[in-house]
Amino acid sequence: MTTLSPEAAKAQLEAHLREIIQWHFSPETGCPFWLNWAAKAGWDPRAEIHSVADLLKFPHFEDEWLRDLQPEVWVPKAYAGRPFNIFETGGTTGMPKQRIGWEDYKVDYSEFSDKISDEHFPRNHYWLMMGPTGPRRLRLAIEHLANVRGSSCYFIDLDPRWVKRLITNKHFDQAKAYMDHVVDQAANILKHRKVSGLFTTPKLLEALAERVDIWDAGIRGVFCGGTTMLPQYTRFIVEEVLENRIGFYPTYGNTLMGLAASVPLTPEDEYSISYYAPQPRAILRVVDPEHTQNTVEYDTWGRVELTTLTREFFMPRFLERDEAIRRKPRNQYAWDGVAEVRPFGAMQKTIVEGVY
Amino acid sequence: MSTLPHLPALRGGRPYESLEKTEILDHFTGEVVAVVSQVNAGILKKDLQKIGVGRAALRKFTVAQLIEISAKAGELFLNGTLPLGDKGHTQTADEYVRTLSGTSGLPHVMVRRNMAKIHYALTHVGTVLNGLTRGLPLEVIDRGYGEQSGAAVSYYPTTQALGLVMPSNSPAVNSLWLPSIALKTPVVIKPGREEPWTPYRLIQAFIAAGAPPEAFGFYPTDHEGAGEVMRLCGRALIFGDANTVAQYRDNPKFSVHGPGFSKVLIGNDCIEQWPEYIDLIAASIADNGGRSCVNASAVVVPRFGREIAEALALKLGPIQPLRSDDEGAKLSGFANPKMADYIDGAIKDGLKTSGAEDVTASHRGGERKVVFEGGTFLRPTIVFCDSFKHPLANREFLCPYASVVEVPQAEMLKEIGASLVVTAITKDPGFTSELLDSPLIERLNLGPISTMKISWDQPHEGNMFEFLYKRRSIERA
Repeated sequence: MTTLSPEAAKAQLEAHLREIIQWHFSPETGCPFWLNWAAKAGWDPRAEIHSVADLLKFPHFEDEWLRDLQPEVWVPKAYAGRPFNIFETGGTTGMPKQRIGWEDYKVDYSEFSDKISDEHFPRNHYWLMMGPTGPRRLRLAIEHLANVRGSSCYFIDLDPRWVKRLITNKHFDQAKAYMDHVVDQAANILKHRKVSGLFTTPKLLEALAERVDIWDAGIRGVFCGGTTMLPQYTRFIVEEVLENRIGFYPTYGNTLMGLAASVPLTPEDEYSISYYAPQPRAILRVVDPEHTQNTVEYDTWGRVELTTLTREFFMPRFLERDEAIRRKPRNQYAWDGVAEVRPFGAMQKTIVEGVY
Repeated sequence: MSTLPHLPALRGGRPYESLEKTEILDHFTGEVVAVVSQVNAGILKKDLQKIGVGRAALRKFTVAQLIEISAKAGELFLNGTLPLGDKGHTQTADEYVRTLSGTSGLPHVMVRRNMAKIHYALTHVGTVLNGLTRGLPLEVIDRGYGEQSGAAVSYYPTTQALGLVMPSNSPAVNSLWLPSIALKTPVVIKPGREEPWTPYRLIQAFIAAGAPPEAFGFYPTDHEGAGEVMRLCGRALIFGDANTVAQYRDNPKFSVHGPGFSKVLIGNDCIEQWPEYIDLIAASIADNGGRSCVNASAVVVPRFGREIAEALALKLGPIQPLRSDDEGAKLSGFANPKMADYIDGAIKDGLKTSGAEDVTASHRGGERKVVFEGGTFLRPTIVFCDSFKHPLANREFLCPYASVVEVPQAEMLKEIGASLVVTAITKDPGFTSELLDSPLIERLNLGPISTMKISWDQPHEGNMFEFLYKRRSIERA
């Protein structure tokens, strides 16, 4: 794995940015949405966007665009005629945000494969995914990741929208019964099949470990994502659920960004997980919620802002519904990270996350 | 040594420092006096899978030995210097008094009275068990079988651990769980958010007295964690409001402790002598700051209701907050001032319904809710109600509060509803017989006895022995 200097990473990112802007705002390659947007905006991003700082010329990307518009408006001309995947964001009710794609998820997860060890995820073996499948990118992504490593994957579905509705309506017994139903299925697979790698959410992992000795069941690596993991909870997972002997790979991601990997925890981290965006394909900034053009200081809380930069999808300055601590560049990542991600406003109000 | 004490969770007696901590603040100054590790529900689930270890550790002792250990623990609790947290701090008895007073709002004098109750309970566990078991030879618990009054008896434990979801309002409530150690039942305690001090000190006293640390779980946790204590312990005590009581009342796994709705009743035969009982009634209402479930919250009389209300108001109304170290302090501050706001608001709302009068208002010379030296207090309130159906007639608040209601003696037992303690001032055999027959009264004091009086050799809010042990039939060849 190559480690770039901060300068080299910046140069790489800005070269990539200029290429992506050219791609999305050129009539030969761009998609109808951005070409129309530029025509109405009255300025040509190709002429004005040269650096990451210039991205501030764009307004925040509005999530309604992904809810209200038909998917074909996002098809770059260069991809015209190629059927696409339609992926939806998880957890919400009502019309979900949709992102179309072709190869991006494979790129993200092939790259991620280099960040997990063969010791924890042995090649040419079997995986189990217990979590949100359905219309989410995650389902194909996990299968691709397993395949890249010569492995195949079993799937147990969990519908987070249903869980969220149950919890919002205070149907806790039903939510518990549904969780038991999901965990039962996973326990059954582990009992009857050889599995070494597991993808799931932290809450489901905890529930599964109450039912099954997951080390004895053959699990050697757990790849986790999907919800808040505060330091004490992370410590609980590492020390008590995985008993310090099963590899733990927390990730932060969603359909719009892809996958931000975490750096391996050190004692100094005190179980505060830092995630780094898959730059140059995505940029994460931690911004002042009141003045979103400004990032917050390192090691302070702010709102997460995502910019996605691939040939399949351009999404500038999308304000996520998350807040996080801004972290300094670290390890192989020569750019800012985000830590202790939690729902935006979590300190002010109760947020329903359910098991997702 | 860190300057601030840190109370760790105790996982089978082992200290566990969490990465999540809460601060405990001094009620008056707002100063942080300690930090407390908070654990997630998953940790409780993990530990409760291994709770048999705690029980096995207690089973190595006889009940008689554990009674001795409890007595030593009582002395240490009352007078000893005990470890406070895991950063090298210790706590003397005086420091315990000052700290608990500072964070709970209870004046020193009341903390000491609570300490004395706990001390008494710990040093009389043998008497308590004798009362609860009706004289069962203690070896029966050690062996699991034996004889009582010539009959074969066998008892088995109903649980591997006693779960406790504790409140923050009054330290003496901890006395309820103390017999469980002598009954060889480990405790899993979720302390009240503002009152970790008493259970922590009690655990340290037990351990210093020779009890096995494995028998003690101390888990400051959130709502989800409290739910796991309730779900996973075979038996649990919970303290809460009327809604909590309603939720758990019918489940034999739980012993639910909520509002007591304790009362003083005066019969027709004694009502003419009502002035003789005013001091007793006032003490029943206001002792311990009016915070206990055994404090009287209603005075039910056939006549002279207004006069009794006036006399109580005259006695209690002028009581004002004093410094917490003042030996004459009678009111307790609110560690959470929002609770005082809520209570004050609820009484004001109730008074809007016609038929009730705050008789204390004219004797108080000011508002019910007052701020004194940075602490929030509620001054005593006596409300005269024209009917027991008035919304304020059968209410209980965490302060010296009582209604006075005139109800004909013949109607009293139909009107008063479930009551933890009833002090019935009567010598009338007919009325006494009706009182003795009533299923709604958990503890009955016949004659002028304060509702606050506790007899440790009789069940209080349930029989702990019958909660933790069940009898089975046994034959041995």
